Amino acid sequence: MDVRSQISLVFHLDKCIGCHTCSVACKNVWTDREGTDYMWWNNVETKPGTGYPTKWEDQEAYKGGWKTDGKDLELRSTSKRKIVPNIFHNPSQPSLDDYYEPWTYDYSELFNAPEGDDQPVARPISMITGEPLEIEAGPNWDDDLGGSEVYAANDTNLDVLSEEQQQQMKAIERMVMFYLPRICNHCLNPACVASCPSGAMYKRGEDGIVLINQDRCRAWRSCISACPYKKTYYNWSTGKSEKCILCFPRLEAGEAPACFHSCVGRIRYLGNVLYDADLIKEAALCPDDELVEAQRRTILDPNDPTVVEAATRCGIPEAVIDSARKSPAYRFAKEWKLGLPLHVEYRTFPMLFYVPPLLPVMSISEGDLVRSDVDELFAEIEKARAPIGYLGKLFAGGNEGKVRYALRKQLAVRVWRRHVTVGDVGLEAATQALIEADCSPEEADEIYKLTALSTWEDRFVIPPFQREMAMEMITDPHEHRSAAGFGFRDAPRRS
Amino acid sequence: MNEFVLFGVLPYVVMVVFFIVTIQRYRLKAFSYSSLSSQFLENQHHFWGSVPFHYGILVVLFGHVLGFLAPKTILSWNAEPARLMLLEVTGIAFAVLTLVGLANIMIRRCTSALTRRVTTRGDWIVYALLLVQVLTGIGVAVFHGWGSSWFATNLTPWLWSLVKLSPDVSFVAPLPFMVKAHIVNAFLLIGFFPFTRLVHILVVPNPYLWRRTQVVIWNWDRTKIHNHD
Ligand code: HEM
Ligand code: SF4
Ligand code: SF4
Repeated sequence: MDVRSQISLVFHLDKCIGCHTCSVACKNVWTDREGTDYMWWNNVETKPGTGYPTKWEDQEAYKGGWKTDGKDLELRSTSKRKIVPNIFHNPSQPSLDDYYEPWTYDYSELFNAPEGDDQPVARPISMITGEPLEIEAGPNWDDDLGGSEVYAANDTNLDVLSEEQQQQMKAIERMVMFYLPRICNHCLNPACVASCPSGAMYKRGEDGIVLINQDRCRAWRSCISACPYKKTYYNWSTGKSEKCILCFPRLEAGEAPACFHSCVGRIRYLGNVLYDADLIKEAALCPDDELVEAQRRTILDPNDPTVVEAATRCGIPEAVIDSARKSPAYRFAKEWKLGLPLHVEYRTFPMLFYVPPLLPVMSISEGDLVRSDVDELFAEIEKARAPIGYLGKLFAGGNEGKVRYALRKQLAVRVWRRHVTVGDVGLEAATQALIEADCSPEEADEIYKLTALSTWEDRFVIPPFQREMAMEMITDPHEHRSAAGFGFRDAPRRS
Repeated sequence: MNEFVLFGVLPYVVMVVFFIVTIQRYRLKAFSYSSLSSQFLENQHHFWGSVPFHYGILVVLFGHVLGFLAPKTILSWNAEPARLMLLEVTGIAFAVLTLVGLANIMIRRCTSALTRRVTTRGDWIVYALLLVQVLTGIGVAVFHGWGSSWFATNLTPWLWSLVKLSPDVSFVAPLPFMVKAHIVNAFLLIGFFPFTRLVHILVVPNPYLWRRTQVVIWNWDRTKIHNHD
């Protein structure tokens, strides 16, 4: 057993209100520089939709992630074999057109316009060339199903649905939507790291955060193609790739990442989990529909004495193991089985888990009337608006059972809480709902608490990996002081 | 005297600059070592520039290095006229490929507003030097044929005399102007090399081919953990 600790994340999609506060927080902290102007390390997409960059899920075109023949894994883009002839021109690299050309406005035109009858207008200009720009699209132009015919209708996940279901999803009046906030998943089996010819990309051993060493990146751009989520970006100005760093400077100081901290819907949870790195390869070779389970198996129970023993042997400090015991990510993803990985079939094993949206039917129009007191509020999940097949394609490698399980449990929790707080659902019916959902009353209360009432401390359980503590884990500060004095990392020696 | 400056002194000046600047640049400004790809900004024309150029120049460069390191092999290969012919034609073909690529690179740099934005003066120095290098190279091949043979008999001994720190310019002195231009420009190219994007050639990522697939870097020594609490 090779036990490691990994910062893992949960986004509760039923709570996301699509406000983009997270994106803006991130943009203001990290990507408001030249060359990063088009990057959104955190973006929020409307589903169904084509997302950012456009149609990023179409791996026939983008060639992201891993493919397998059941015996071995290979990158779909530039494997070791394929990089040699393709290093001069990357055949699967997305270009600016796949994102958008960033623009600002020439505000001086507002001030310098001659007096006249018309309002002066600030013309859009490209942030790259400074030339006037005809804006055709930008990030989130598909927001709230804007331009559905162009965006939602071209969602690559729709092809699992029957023609009838597709028509239903496309019909504007019946259309269903939800928000999908996305950041780098800090994957267990990152395609980006595996593809980097320079070895500039790496996973931090102590917390699994995936980073790019800016001094070693040489702009071979393999990671841009290899990441199936398109979460590494090419800085056109510096000639280096950049990506979400999970705000590690904030984490090391015990703060939540900016997007987590600012999340208005409080949909975001963060905590570390222990996993067995020896199981990853085997897990990644499983067929698509077994991947959710295979990934869950790699995550270990921090209360299991054998796991704790192995973790200690692997050098994981007690405090980090303890933090894993309180981790909301562990509870959502492993214990409650509510958290599901996005597109697990790419086989990178994303460590960001999504609680799929319930999307109940909240009201029904009858003629001119809209009734909002529908019984459907607690109806069977099959009647929820998003077809299970669609959610299964997104969150379970096509295994609809996993989605159904997560939705049923969420629904049961609602029924149970309705029984407890309002009382118009009988004990028997509520208990029956819980039993069917494989959930105990205690678990239901826990889920309810973490979902609805959670405080900052409940949502973000940040393991103590502050740098000064990390130092203590290797050397006793007292020993270090007597050997090296202060202010030195190495012993001060005459040279 | 002139000849001595160009073929007996310039190479040393250039090599000193080359080594000091590349090494110091790597040590102090590793961030600046990048291929500075512009494929992101323009993805179609890019193929027709970068690919022919690189395939062309790498083969041609390989030929030069071979002539330098194994002149005897080249000479014995060339003993047969048909084989000499094959070598010459191959060389010219790849040189033309390089030229086509380079022309496309330069046109692309001018025509796309986006790539113009990321093109520096240093880039244009590189393109100009490369253009002169490739044109004189093709000129030499066409007008002063059988270069693969006389490279081995004249230039290789001269280059080795440089390596041995006793420059003997008498090997180069009688060569035609075009050849001399090709040589001097080559050293200019090497001299400018460390200041430009060309340093990407020095950091070609060959270890990728044999390294482990995933890279994990530990902040602490996994075997030396103390548990204080
Ligand atoms: C195996 C060796 C080499 C590799 C892997 C390599 C790789 C690259 C890459 C990835 C680029 C960026 C292309 C882009 O996306 O814009 C590039 C550009 C360039 N390389 Fe190389 N290169 C190699 C050898 C050379 C050599 C020998 C030369 C010339 C002496 C050269 C000259 C250039 C030039 C001039 C550019 C700029 C092209 C442009 O402006 O678009 N390279 N190279
Ligand atoms: S989401 Fe992409 S960039 Fe992030 S770790 Fe996974 S493969 Fe790498
Ligand atoms: S800040 Fe939170 S609620 Fe708002 S869009 Fe981002 S994830 Fe959703």
